[in-house]
Amino acid sequence: MTSIVSIRRITQAAFLLLFLWLCAVMSLGTNWWQLRGWPVNIFLQLDPLAALSTLLSTGTLYRELFWAAGTVVLTILLGRFFCGWVCPFGTLHQFVGWLHRFGKPLAEKTRLNGYRPAQAIKYYILFFFLCAAAGTLLARLTSLARDGRIIPWIVVTACLLTAAILAATKLFPRAGRATAWLLAVTGAWTALAVFFPVERLIAGSVQTGLLDPIPLAHRSVHLALLPVADRFGGVLSAAPRQYTGALLIGAVFIAALGLNLWIPRFYCRFICPLGALFGLFGRFAFWRVGKTQSGCSMCSRCEANCEGACEPDTEIRISECVLCMNCLRSCHENVMSYRAAKSAGGEITSPDITRRGFMVSVASGFLAVPLARLGARLGLNWNPRLIRPPGALPEADFLNRCIKCGQCMRICPTNIIQPAGVEHGVEALWTPTLNFRIGTSGCQLNCVACGQICPTAAIRPLSLDERLGLNEYAEAGPIRSGMAFIEQGRCLPWAMGTPCIVCQENCPVSPKAIYTREVFVPLRDTLPVVAKADELTVDFGAAVLAPGAFANGDYFCAISGGSDPRPRRITENSASSLSIDSTDPWEREPAAGSQADVLIRLQRPYIDPRYCIGCGICEHECPVSGLKAIRVSAENESREPQHRILA
Amino acid sequence: MNQSPGNGSTRREFLLRAIKATAAVAAASFIGYRFRTNRPPARTSEDAGTFSLPDFSIPNRPARMCVVTGADRTKTINLALDALGGMGEFVKNGDHVLIKVNAAFATPPILGATTHPQLLEDVIRLCYAAGAAAVAVTDNPINDAASCFELTGLAAAARSAGARVAVPREASFRPCTVPGATYLVNWPVLAEPFRGVTKLIGLAPVKDHQRSGASMTLKNWYGLLGGRRNVFHQDIHGIITDLAMMVKPTLVVLDGTQTMMTNGPTGGSLSDLKATNTMIVSTDPVAADAFGATLLGRTPADLPYILRAAAAGAGTANYDLLNPIMLKAGET
Repeated sequence: MTSIVSIRRITQAAFLLLFLWLCAVMSLGTNWWQLRGWPVNIFLQLDPLAALSTLLSTGTLYRELFWAAGTVVLTILLGRFFCGWVCPFGTLHQFVGWLHRFGKPLAEKTRLNGYRPAQAIKYYILFFFLCAAAGTLLARLTSLARDGRIIPWIVVTACLLTAAILAATKLFPRAGRATAWLLAVTGAWTALAVFFPVERLIAGSVQTGLLDPIPLAHRSVHLALLPVADRFGGVLSAAPRQYTGALLIGAVFIAALGLNLWIPRFYCRFICPLGALFGLFGRFAFWRVGKTQSGCSMCSRCEANCEGACEPDTEIRISECVLCMNCLRSCHENVMSYRAAKSAGGEITSPDITRRGFMVSVASGFLAVPLARLGARLGLNWNPRLIRPPGALPEADFLNRCIKCGQCMRICPTNIIQPAGVEHGVEALWTPTLNFRIGTSGCQLNCVACGQICPTAAIRPLSLDERLGLNEYAEAGPIRSGMAFIEQGRCLPWAMGTPCIVCQENCPVSPKAIYTREVFVPLRDTLPVVAKADELTVDFGAAVLAPGAFANGDYFCAISGGSDPRPRRITENSASSLSIDSTDPWEREPAAGSQADVLIRLQRPYIDPRYCIGCGICEHECPVSGLKAIRVSAENESREPQHRILA
Repeated sequence: MNQSPGNGSTRREFLLRAIKATAAVAAASFIGYRFRTNRPPARTSEDAGTFSLPDFSIPNRPARMCVVTGADRTKTINLALDALGGMGEFVKNGDHVLIKVNAAFATPPILGATTHPQLLEDVIRLCYAAGAAAVAVTDNPINDAASCFELTGLAAAARSAGARVAVPREASFRPCTVPGATYLVNWPVLAEPFRGVTKLIGLAPVKDHQRSGASMTLKNWYGLLGGRRNVFHQDIHGIITDLAMMVKPTLVVLDGTQTMMTNGPTGGSLSDLKATNTMIVSTDPVAADAFGATLLGRTPADLPYILRAAAAGAGTANYDLLNPIMLKAGET
């Protein structure tokens, strides 16, 4: 008979393969396996932490994020099935941990899989992130009270307060004091809010994606593992994918896996905020693992293989149990079972968190975002190097949604959506930013892939019409991600008397946002006076020119001082003379002794801010390949009207 | 064994340790001696350009050209090739044909910034009808290559006519040196699609181009270059002349059905296009471009690269010397 453990292993392998498959198919192309309706966001949409944090920050569950409610319902019925059966990151941890303890003696296994009080840390991490996200909700509630909309305010506050008090009574032994504290803080806050705009003190930001295992796994696979793997095959993308800061992303992933060599499922037990969320719901679990009788031989075989470190042999910790079912198989006395009854050995349903730790994590969560915002990154000190993909929401709204999953960075056909580093602001870490030096082109005009893939609509799904400002969007105009600026000190025609205008050639909008003005600039070295001339040639009487040097079509000759100063194109030159275009002869033969100048014809580029959309193709193509002579920054971006340049 | 206090070691242990130490000393000395050098690293040396494109033109045959007016590309291209004796004059049984399209930008075909997919499909079918064993389509576009071939409709056209699309990859390029060239010295050139190829056809639209004056069949060879080719815009006429010397095609087709008059070479708006209804087929790309310039209202003298390519022996700027066959495709 197939054991429950084998079924669990097969399920885990299947979900891991499905996850990897959905990561692999995330490329644009015409092969059957490439992106064409594969549900590539399904794991993110089943992730209640992504759902809850964006629900707190936006008050909505975007599109299929509501499927996470299904995960919650199943967790309430079954316990932490997601951790033990579905989570691809958890499966990897479990596998590494299993490899590590394979063949070790029972005592050593029991030591590795014993419960540790530090497992409470993940709950503090969860509270921290949820409170950081809830800042927006709190601010909105607070302003509701001041706006005079008292009735909705009372209803919502009462509901939240009741939930908080209920939670407190379950979590803490001395519930009375916790309730009193909550009521006191709420009362004081409300009293303040009636008189002062205290909502300005708080702000929210979704940072769960930093440690939420599903976005973390997506990000690591997309930005670190697949690009390295694909360097050999070149199967998943035509050009090798490149990601800035992939070292850190990959290192976090490898370190998380490596920690299993210290303690199995280290990440799941101590860090994972999603696991913590499931742990909180797990107390309601209808079916649960436990003993069918209180007494047993205490052989500790069940503990030796316990993935959750939940002490099944004594009082089982329901919130830590990941339903690995190993104890059911290990038990030689058939005492362990999974059933709709409490464990006969007793159980601990609540996580082992302290009131002090709870208060610290909640307070620091609410404080962290306002502290981060003191740098005025959302105000005057906004970062022009942080160029968001077209359709990205205004920065405050963007940070209320982005879960740093990296889906947009993977789908971008030109590979220019890159994970932001800390230099873009702590809150922006691993959020998408455009980098036009990397990748295969700029942001392509006829592409809206990033907004279509974004699971939380941090990047709004655009139609091509809206992106390009066509038809019903003609009046609004195209979406601008920023604007190009020319640095005249680096630009070849501006600074070095050299023709170029690659930027103008590649500007994809019509009319072009980059236009040119023609100038004729004398060369640095002057020539001797004219010895003799006819209507098509000028002779200097001595070898002063490099033969053919001025014959490439860009050089012109002009006679200064005379009545005919207009430059003529040079078609040929020997060491001592030069010829001009035979279709445009001198009006009068230049006199001997007059001064002839060789000029280079330059087309100097200019930017028209009315047309530039900040696509960065110019920056990508600029031949000054180090610090580009034309660079896009976020000025004039559509999403932040206060960043506009034109009045 | 060696636990007795105060007692150093046995003779046997001493000998063993001495042997190990000697081996380690010898190894360290050998490595130090063997790998020592007084020579500082040389300047970065580049591999000599080993790759060169063969001459794909039909030998011992005077250059020929045909110009057909008409709005329907299928009709004009067929009529033009019929007038030149049929595709069989150029593509023989068993030939492996490479078609260099202009797929530079990821824009839809209606905007005319790239080779028209209908024209590509027609030419591929004509090649197969003439007995070609295989036809491949290539370009190294400016925008993302995969996006370019798909959005321009060129990949779909190639697939439907049974041709392979050779999308360039890092490994597709090899350094190439063109004898007598100014810039194409050890420069990476798209080499992989040329493997086994016996005939080369260039398919280019007529487009406005601020830097060079016009982008037609000669400028189209730019898409065979790899590396940081944008530096060559500093001498655009020089690089196009080099390209004219590097590439000796079997045939070029210059599509002036819709000419991009303004905002080139990207275009982006239908208002940048003008129906000039002309299809030019020639074995001489210089002559083809010289004729194409007239569709833009320019003369060969406005485009120095035409005169320079002619001077370099890549063809003739005076297309009248080719006695071009001028035809009109009937509207039915």
